[in-house]
Amino acid sequence: MKAFTIHFSFEFLAGLRNRTLLMMNYLFPLGFYVFAGAMMTGINPDFRGEIIPAMLTFAILSATILGLPGPLVETREGGILRSYRINGVPAASIMTIPAFSTAIHLVLVGAVITVTAPFVFKAPLPQNWPAYMLIYLLMVFACSGLGSLIGVISGNSRQTILWSQLIYLPSMLLSGMMVPADLLPGPFVKMGHLLPAAYVMQSFQSLAYGREALYEPLPGMLILLAGGVIAFGLALYLFSWDSHNNTRRGHPSMAALALLPYILGALLLV
Amino acid sequence: MHDPAVEVTDLSKHYGSVAAVDRISFTVQRGEIFGLLGPNGAGKTTTLECLEGLRRPDGGVIRVMGVDPGRDSRRLLQLIGVQLQTGSLPDYISVVEAVRLFSAYHGVTPDYAILNRIGLGEKLQAQYHTLSTGQKRRLALVLALAHRPPVVLLDEPTAGLDVATRVALHSLIRELRDAGATILLSTHDMAEAESMADRVAIMLRGRLVAVGSPRQLTSAGSRLTKISVRTAGKGGMAGATLPGVERRDRQDDYDLYFTVTPGPTVTAVIAHIEGSGDELIDLRVERPSLEERFLELTAEEAVKR
Repeated sequence: MKAFTIHFSFEFLAGLRNRTLLMMNYLFPLGFYVFAGAMMTGINPDFRGEIIPAMLTFAILSATILGLPGPLVETREGGILRSYRINGVPAASIMTIPAFSTAIHLVLVGAVITVTAPFVFKAPLPQNWPAYMLIYLLMVFACSGLGSLIGVISGNSRQTILWSQLIYLPSMLLSGMMVPADLLPGPFVKMGHLLPAAYVMQSFQSLAYGREALYEPLPGMLILLAGGVIAFGLALYLFSWDSHNNTRRGHPSMAALALLPYILGALLLV
Repeated sequence: MHDPAVEVTDLSKHYGSVAAVDRISFTVQRGEIFGLLGPNGAGKTTTLECLEGLRRPDGGVIRVMGVDPGRDSRRLLQLIGVQLQTGSLPDYISVVEAVRLFSAYHGVTPDYAILNRIGLGEKLQAQYHTLSTGQKRRLALVLALAHRPPVVLLDEPTAGLDVATRVALHSLIRELRDAGATILLSTHDMAEAESMADRVAIMLRGRLVAVGSPRQLTSAGSRLTKISVRTAGKGGMAGATLPGVERRDRQDDYDLYFTVTPGPTVTAVIAHIEGSGDELIDLRVERPSLEERFLELTAEEAVKR
């Protein structure tokens, strides 16, 4: 436990010292929040109702899908994981501690957005605070799992960017963050539900804000939970200490199994 | 009689069709510094990585303090301290954080005193990416010793270091040996191995071609001892008849004799100088170095192939 605490405190500080992580954890989401908040509420005043859930979801996607995989690939390719391994650092710590510290950064970013949005953009606050926080943490869990999995299966930084963008861009466009889901054509709504952000937006709508949504919130939240569990499980299973050494169990293509809950959700809920 | 600290029997490791390590066997006794020598690509690092449990051998048996690295990695990590050739740390971790982190994972109290001894006392808060190559290597050694392991595996520990840092590291390694630790040192620096190691094994193309103390290895090579003589007289040693000398040369005011009987040759040199009324300025007796023996072995291997 002592080792975990020391490792966590270092990882948390690294999220502030490392400029790339600082950008992904704080500057990019908060900068986008200010910019998109001003622009979108100017164009469409109804966006005020969406701004908090949309910006929280954006922050999570930035920190986890864009921010988490790169350092994992760099630590493996740079020989850091070999040093960790030889000094008894368990693979589970290498997987969970960056995700956990990213979650704490995201709680701080989420708090800034939640506290300032009503004053800056006249955004309505959620009605159900426990549900609001639970949905937020479920999204962090599900996306951290996917981010970790991308870091595990990517052989280099270019692959990391490719896989990250394959999740990030459709999430931005089709989840209901930027365009409400009820305005999207049916097939695009289904496509959006192949990724976690769409379930988060629907859950925020129905459970946290008490608005009408496309489906009941519980199945969507269970899908997020299952998605996170499967993604972290696969990340641990496929974890490799050294890409130049045959230590990986299973083929990287197994990572596609992490999308199974979302595929089922898209088929059964939407 | 204790079991050896390290036992390697018929170890093999292939990368595709290339035999990186080809059925090598050696033992390292407890409390000795054992040098694993060879040029780049000889298989030293692969051998060490098999001992460290980082690579799975294709064949053979390894025991480190009685532990099979492939079967009991948890126990192994308590027994070995490793300085990797290609190891690294996160850019943004500070020296003190690294020591604290790895000590915690080993379940021991951090020993910051060693940082002062090894010249990192002023760098406690410095982040890893700001350290020089020498400082990074010194930190790697500190981390390898964090849990006071009985066996220390060092892969090219002084490569790329300045002279002062090398001397400091050599001193620390000898102290470790004197305190009872077993050191397995991989290097391609022959002078380092000759001055540090109690015994050495020379690897060439994945095979062991010689094992023994530096003295044993050098004496097994060329049987000629070099005697260098400088006298005050301008004629030097001209006309001297010396027993056992097979070859002679002159270089930079020195007469050089390559002899199979160094004792009688030196006696005859002194007798000749006294007899001729000359004055002895300098006299040196040199056995062939480990480096010269290594070059001989390399040439022999090339002929065999």
